[in-house]
Amino acid sequence: MVLVKKIVLDVLKPHYPNALEFSKSIAEVGNDYRVHLTVSEMDEKTETLQIVIEGESINLEAIESVISGMGGSLHSIDEVEVKNEASGK
Amino acid sequence: MIVNLFDQASFLLKITRSHDIVRRYFVVNGFDGALTMLGLIIGFLVSTPANITVIINVCLGAAIALGMSGLSSAYVSESAERKRALGKLEKAMVSDLQESAHGDAARLVPMLIAIVNGSAPLIISLLILTPLWLSNAGIPLPIAPLYLSILIALMLIFLLGVFLGQIASISWLRSGIQTLLVAIATVALIYLFTGQ
Repeated sequence: MVLVKKIVLDVLKPHYPNALEFSKSIAEVGNDYRVHLTVSEMDEKTETLQIVIEGESINLEAIESVISGMGGSLHSIDEVEVKNEASGK
Repeated sequence: MIVNLFDQASFLLKITRSHDIVRRYFVVNGFDGALTMLGLIIGFLVSTPANITVIINVCLGAAIALGMSGLSSAYVSESAERKRALGKLEKAMVSDLQESAHGDAARLVPMLIAIVNGSAPLIISLLILTPLWLSNAGIPLPIAPLYLSILIALMLIFLLGVFLGQIASISWLRSGIQTLLVAIATVALIYLFTGQ
């Protein structure tokens, strides 16, 4: 089974919820999610983020749903790290 | 469930930065309610003594009207403001935000603000009318019900001033006295214009 261990997302979001609330909501999707958020650009009403999410098995659909629920939109998946658990350690 | 609703409301107010609007509406309309009741009661006091039921009905009518006015006016104006703000945000985001928290906020925040705006004058008015109801129910009061209502009105107006003082981080006593002076000036004007 191929599991997603790390993803790097490029996201556009309104100023509110702020970066802390935004990353907390993403981290709440999984029990072991580790989220690193960087604001790379800021405009009058929006900000562009680079979000790095790490975990044992990342559920991208659930993360996308949380992002859009908070008014953000996923622009691109810039980096991924996956592992085939069935193929050994 | 109630905690969840409160958290959700708080979150929506936060993302729309509406906390201060709610607070402002509460104070402004609460003040309206208190001064209106004070004015009505002083009006009855300087007039030919009226039946207490008549006084209650007149004051209650005014309180309900203030509540409905606050509810409807805030809803209509805030609804328009929120829709406009959402439209601007959607334009900046180049996406539809109707299903997001911002869409929820555009629909629910006007209702929350309207409830606060409508309930503030109604609740404050009902508190001021309490001595009249108690007296009407035959419960003995330490002083005449109209005077007790006036005291409650003045106390609530003072407390609204204290609340404002705390928001502005200035002396709560000074702020409370300021609003109290407005109430006293109102009473003086009523006495002046009613020729008593």
